[in-house]
Amino acid sequence: MTTRTLAVVSAGLSDPSSTRLLADRLTVATGEALRARGEDATVEVVELRGHARDLADNLTSGFANGSLQTAIDTVVGADALIAVTPVFSASYSGLFKTFFDVLDKESLTGKPVLLGATAGTPRHSLVVEHAMRPLFAYLRAVAVPTGVFAAAEDWAGGGVDRSLAGRIDRAAGELAGLVSGRPAATRPADPFADPTTSFEELLKGR
Amino acid sequence: MQFGIFTVGDVTPDPTTGRAPTEAERVKSLITIALKAEEVGLDVFAQGQHHNPPFVVSSPTTTLGYIAAKTEKLVLSTSTTLITTTDPVKIAEDFATLQHVADGRVDLMMGRGNTGPVYPWFGRDIRDGIPLAVENYQLLRRLWREDVVNWEGQFRTPLQGFTSTPRPLDGVPPFVWHGSIRSPQIAEQAAYYGDGFFHNHIFWPPEHTERMVEFYRRRFEHYGHGSADQAIVGLGGQVFMRKNSQDAVREFRPYFDKAPVYGGGPSLEEFTSQTPLTVGSPEQVIERTLGFRDYVGDYQRQLFLIDHAGLPLKTVLEQLDILGEEVVPVLRREFAALKPAHVPDAPTHASLVAAAGGGHDSTVQAADDVTGRTVEVAQA
Repeated sequence: MTTRTLAVVSAGLSDPSSTRLLADRLTVATGEALRARGEDATVEVVELRGHARDLADNLTSGFANGSLQTAIDTVVGADALIAVTPVFSASYSGLFKTFFDVLDKESLTGKPVLLGATAGTPRHSLVVEHAMRPLFAYLRAVAVPTGVFAAAEDWAGGGVDRSLAGRIDRAAGELAGLVSGRPAATRPADPFADPTTSFEELLKGR
Repeated sequence: MQFGIFTVGDVTPDPTTGRAPTEAERVKSLITIALKAEEVGLDVFAQGQHHNPPFVVSSPTTTLGYIAAKTEKLVLSTSTTLITTTDPVKIAEDFATLQHVADGRVDLMMGRGNTGPVYPWFGRDIRDGIPLAVENYQLLRRLWREDVVNWEGQFRTPLQGFTSTPRPLDGVPPFVWHGSIRSPQIAEQAAYYGDGFFHNHIFWPPEHTERMVEFYRRRFEHYGHGSADQAIVGLGGQVFMRKNSQDAVREFRPYFDKAPVYGGGPSLEEFTSQTPLTVGSPEQVIERTLGFRDYVGDYQRQLFLIDHAGLPLKTVLEQLDILGEEVVPVLRREFAALKPAHVPDAPTHASLVAAAGGGHDSTVQAADDVTGRTVEVAQA
């Protein structure tokens, strides 16, 4: 049985956080959907709150410290990514964006991604479409068609609203469908491998 | 092994007093620092090139020429010379002239410059950084090696029958280093020509330096210039020292906290643990510096940044005293004891002349204005 790595990035700040709660639901559902396809999944969760200072430091210093680099390697090396943010001021949170700002811009190319967002009010329900999707399009990640947004009222019954559960399953199925049958994730090209273009080629005509 | 200092020539207010030096004071302080470097027994003084405030180093060979006249042993170098936005003809002329002025005590380091707005001021585009570095350097090499150059490229006006004067001293161009923090193409360029590679080795974790140097060494061998461990490597580094390491930390912290490259981010303690920055006693600097060899191998040149972020001249001169009296003599001895015999020293003018089979006057006489013969014909 093939075992896939699912990286989960959660930008929730409180504990318990509804963002992490949604991330966990999406992760479990994706694991089940993969198993239904005869594959298994290991899960690596990156809680961005624990890297808040690391990320700010990366902005000024230009490099990731050891702890942040481990988180980045986890995400970049995974077979698929589940990315969930709370809505702050009508968009993803600054913490969420900062993590994707400090990645090399090639590092998520072709990566299957499931996008999720949480907010206190359903009036932010298109945030996945108008804020998150363009970000991941820029990064050339492959976001599944269903993005999952959950407002406070979706959790109100103490469980998960039925229509939210349906969206979670649909999105997880789409992500599992994208991942299964694909070759395992490959690392981005090593910039320090021997060059494929010879220096003579670069000098041509100069 | 060569030891020296490199400066970016910034005019930064001293955060402990709020006072910035005038440009006049800063230009003179660079000279004072260079002369002191020779006095305390260092080998190299390198200065940067910038074309915007807060820097005073737009015309490096003017300052270096004066320093050359006031010194006897110091090798004058750059950190870096902007190969992207400076006309290669101007670089060829300036540094060949400096060679004659300084009796050969000259080498230089090519760099691209990472300040986007500077490029358009010189009719360039930062996105062309690598192609500019490749084309301009290839032309620079020809200008020094061929008496008459016919050349056409992508970025510069073509040259027909052009002779760059004066010709290099003894017919031997200055040694060239290529500096880059993270562009493998530049390490490749250095390896291709068998030139030196320099990593500034400040501000970033040593892993970046290690990967770049390893790549350069591997490609140096690939291009047939010698074994990987014979490649010519230089490193930067930033230090601040006091006899008692706690005093060093206390004194340096306000400069660190306000420095444009450091302030607002990781703490001084985090930076010293994550990057090669060393703030402490001379013994700590010695130990840390000897450790650089663990990840780059035996290398040829170590330059320290010591006059950064508004540190007063008096303090910088004290740092030079400590370097010269307590640090460099130990480093010289220890590094020399570790270096295998087949690893070369950094090339100097004398060693390059010897390698060329001796020096020769390479003066190109003017075209004959009676017969109308050009230089090219006269040489044929």
